[in-house]
Amino acid sequence: MANNAVAANVYVSFLEKKGILSWLYTTDHKRIGILYLASISFFFLIAGMIALLMRFELLTPASDFVSPHTYNVLFTLHGSIMVFFFVVPGLAASFGNFLIPLMIGAPDVAFPKLNIGSYWLYLLGTLILLFALLQPADTGWTFYTPYSANTDTDVILLTFGVFVLGFSSILTGLNFIVTIHKMRAPGMTWHRLPLFIWASYATAVLQLLATPVVGITLLLLIAERTLGIGFFDPAKGGDPVLFQNFFWFYSHPAVYIMIIPAMGVISEIIPVFSRKPIFGYKAIAYSSLGIAFISFLVWAHHMFTSGISEVAATIFSFLTFLVAIPTAIKVFNWTATLYKGSIELHSAMLYALGFIFLFTIGGLTGVFLGALAADIHLHDTYFIVAHMHYVMIGGTVMGFFGAIHFWYPKWFGKMFNEAVAKLAWFLVFVGFNVTFFPQFFLGVQGMPRRYATYPEEFQSLMSLSTYGSWILGLGVLIMTVNLIKGLFSGEKAPQNPYGSLSLEWQVPSPPPLENFVEIPHVTDWPYGYGKKKEVDA
Amino acid sequence: MTWIPEAASNLASKVDGLLLVITFISIFFFVLISAVLIYFAVKYRRRSDDEETPYITGNQTLEIIWTVIPSILLILLFVYGFVVYKDMRTPPKDAVDITVTGKQWLWTFEYYNGKKTLNELYVRQNRPVRMVMRADDVIHSFFVPAFRVKQDLMPGRYTQLWFTPTKIGTFDIFCAEYCGTGHSKMLGKVIVLSPEAYDIWEKGVAVDGGEAVASLPPAELGEKLYKGKSCNACHSVDGSVVIGPSFKGLYEREGELEDGASYTADENYIMQSILEPQEQIVKGFQPVMPSFKGILSDAEITAIIAYIKTLK
Repeated sequence: MANNAVAANVYVSFLEKKGILSWLYTTDHKRIGILYLASISFFFLIAGMIALLMRFELLTPASDFVSPHTYNVLFTLHGSIMVFFFVVPGLAASFGNFLIPLMIGAPDVAFPKLNIGSYWLYLLGTLILLFALLQPADTGWTFYTPYSANTDTDVILLTFGVFVLGFSSILTGLNFIVTIHKMRAPGMTWHRLPLFIWASYATAVLQLLATPVVGITLLLLIAERTLGIGFFDPAKGGDPVLFQNFFWFYSHPAVYIMIIPAMGVISEIIPVFSRKPIFGYKAIAYSSLGIAFISFLVWAHHMFTSGISEVAATIFSFLTFLVAIPTAIKVFNWTATLYKGSIELHSAMLYALGFIFLFTIGGLTGVFLGALAADIHLHDTYFIVAHMHYVMIGGTVMGFFGAIHFWYPKWFGKMFNEAVAKLAWFLVFVGFNVTFFPQFFLGVQGMPRRYATYPEEFQSLMSLSTYGSWILGLGVLIMTVNLIKGLFSGEKAPQNPYGSLSLEWQVPSPPPLENFVEIPHVTDWPYGYGKKKEVDA
Repeated sequence: MTWIPEAASNLASKVDGLLLVITFISIFFFVLISAVLIYFAVKYRRRSDDEETPYITGNQTLEIIWTVIPSILLILLFVYGFVVYKDMRTPPKDAVDITVTGKQWLWTFEYYNGKKTLNELYVRQNRPVRMVMRADDVIHSFFVPAFRVKQDLMPGRYTQLWFTPTKIGTFDIFCAEYCGTGHSKMLGKVIVLSPEAYDIWEKGVAVDGGEAVASLPPAELGEKLYKGKSCNACHSVDGSVVIGPSFKGLYEREGELEDGASYTADENYIMQSILEPQEQIVKGFQPVMPSFKGILSDAEITAIIAYIKTLK
C-alpha cells in the first residue's frame, strides 16, 4: 500500500505508470488482476486452439490428421492447461483481485505484497507444469495411476507444478478472506456485501481448505518413488483407487472454485440490466456457502465404476443430489429477478442469460450422473464430456465472458463495440450448443471419451460436433479481436455507463491508484433498484 | 439411429426406465426455466430509459416452494438410482463366472471349462454371467453399452459385474477407462448365442459363422484376424509406427534386433514373434507384446502371415 499519496483533487489512474517493471513489481490489486486476466486469457486461447485440433481429428472415425498418441497428448494438454492454468485461477484471481477491494470500499487487499507473490507463484507453477507436460505427457489431466506411473511422464514434477499453482491459490484465498473480514468500508455489513463478494468468500474458503491435499499427494508420491513405500502403485502393494480419492478430494472442490465466482458474476449483472433488486439475496448468498460445504463431500461420485464399495457409492450419490439443491435455488432466484424488470440485453446480460440457460442444462445432466445406475452406463462416455463442458464453458466461461464485457469499461476506461460483441455472443452461444449438445446423445449411445479413433456409427454426430467447434472458435476470435481493438481505439468510458449502485461504479473509470479518495460510508445494499413502496421504505 | 442402443440385458430396461424418468423431469425443468426466462426478457424488455421498476427483494413462500419440491424430486431420483444399482451389484447365485483380463490393448476371457478367447466373449442367452475382472497393467474399464454395464478393471485387485443377456446377437465391448495409445482400439464383441448354439460352441466347434470363415481365402481371413484380435492396436498397415513395427512391407524385411542380431522377417520369424514375442525384439521397440500362444490356431497364424504378405 506504500504508494504515492494522491492529492485529494488530482486523479491519477492506476494504469498511468508505464514499463514492464511497474507491472511485475506492482502491488496494486487492479494491476495484479490484469496480470492474471492476461495470463489466463492467453492460456485459454492456447488450450482452445488445441481443442480445435482435437475436434478436427475427430471429424472422421480413422486417425488421419494426427496419430493416436499425438491425439492423447493433445487432450492431456487441453485438459491440463484449461483446468490448471485457466479455470482454477480464473475468475477468482482476475476479477476477484480487481473487484474485491473496489466492491467493499477498500484501498487494496489486506496483503498487497503477498498478492503479487501469489502471481509470481502462479507463473512459476505454470512453467514447472508446462515443462512436465512437454515431455510429452499422454495421461489425461487426471493423471490416474498406475498409467501415469508407467509412462515417461514425470508424475512428481507434474504434481509439484500443480502444488505450486495450488500454493498460489491458497495464498490468494487467504488474502481475500482476510480482506473481506477486515477491510470492509464503514457500514458495509455482511448483508450489504455484493453477491460477488459472497461468492469470492466461499471460493477462498475452498481454495484454502482443499488445495493442501495436492501437497499431501505430492509427499506420498515422493515417498513411493524414493523410499519404495507403496501408496498408489499396485506393483509396490499400493492401491490406484487411493490416488483417485486424493485426486478428486482436491479436484472436485476445484470444480466449485471454478464455478462459484461465475455465479457471483451473474448475480451482479442481472440486477443492473433488469434495474431490479436481486431476488432472494440471502438465499443466493448462503447457497454459495452451502455449495462450498457440500462440495467437500461428493468427490467419490467420479468413481462409481472404479470398484469403491457399494455403501460408499450410495452415500456419495446421496450427497451429490444434495449439492443440486442450492444450485437450483440460485437459478430460480436469478430468473425471478427479471420479473417486472426493465431489461436491457447488453452483451454482458446476454452472457448472463446464456449462463442460466446452459448452466441449467449442465446442472440437470449432472442429475443423470448422480443417479447411481444411470451413471454406470454414462460414466466415461461423451455424456461426461458434454456435461463437464456445459458446466465449465456454459457456466464458468460464460460467466467469465460476461464479467469481461460488464467490467471492461471500469477496468480499462474504454468501451468496446457493442454490436460486434452481440454478434460474437451469438456465435459463441450457437457454436457451443452445436459442439456439445450432440455429445449427450453420443454418450447415451455408448461412445467412450478419450478415443483417438471411433466406430463409424458415431460419425454423423461426431462431425456435427466438429462443425460446431468451428462456429464457437469463430465467435471467440471475433470477441477477442473486438475486446483488444477496444483497448486501443475504444471510446472513453463514463464512470457508470449502466447506472449500477455498486461501489466500484462510484469511482472514475479506470479507477484511481488507491481506489477511493475518501473511504466511503455505506448506508444501503448495492441492489436498491426500483421504486420502493411505502410499506418497504 | 435410435437414441440409445438396443436393450440386450436384463439390466438394460431397468436403466432405461431410470434414464427416461430423469430425462422427463429434466426437460420439464429446462422448458420451465427457459420459457420463463425468454418470456420475461421479451415482456419486460427496456422500452424507455426512465422506466419505473418495482422494488421486489424476495418472497419467502416462493423460496420454500422451489427448495422443497426439487429436494423431494431429487431424493426420489436418488432412491430410484440406488434401487437399480443394487440390482446391478447383486449377481444371482446361479451366475456362471467368466474371468476377464484387460491388458494394453486386448481382452482375454477364460471360461469355467478352461476355454480361452480373445476379444470375443461368448455367452448363452438368458443365463446370468458374473464377470470376474482384473487388469494386467493399468486400469481398464469393461463397457457393454447394449447391456448398460460398466466396471473398471484394476491391477492388483478383482472387481466384478454381472448381467443376463436377453437377446441373441453381437454387441460392442468398449474400453471406457483411458489406457494409452491403443485405448480406442481396445474393442471387443459379446456374442450371445442361443442355448443350442452355445452348447455346440462349448464343445469346441467354431460357430461364429464357422464355415464361412473356414472357406475365406487365407489373406482375407488374416485381415479379419488382424482387426478382431487387436493386432491393429499396435501394428499399422500403412507404414506408420504406433507401438510395434508396421506390417507394411514387413514380409522379408531385414533388420537388427535389440540384442544386435539381425533378422529376416520370413514365415518362421513372424510365427515366433506371435507365439514368443519377447524372444526377438526389433531394435527401437519396447518388449510389450503379449504371447498369442493358445489364442491363435496354426491355421490362423498362417492366415495372418498370408495377410502380411499382401501388404507390400
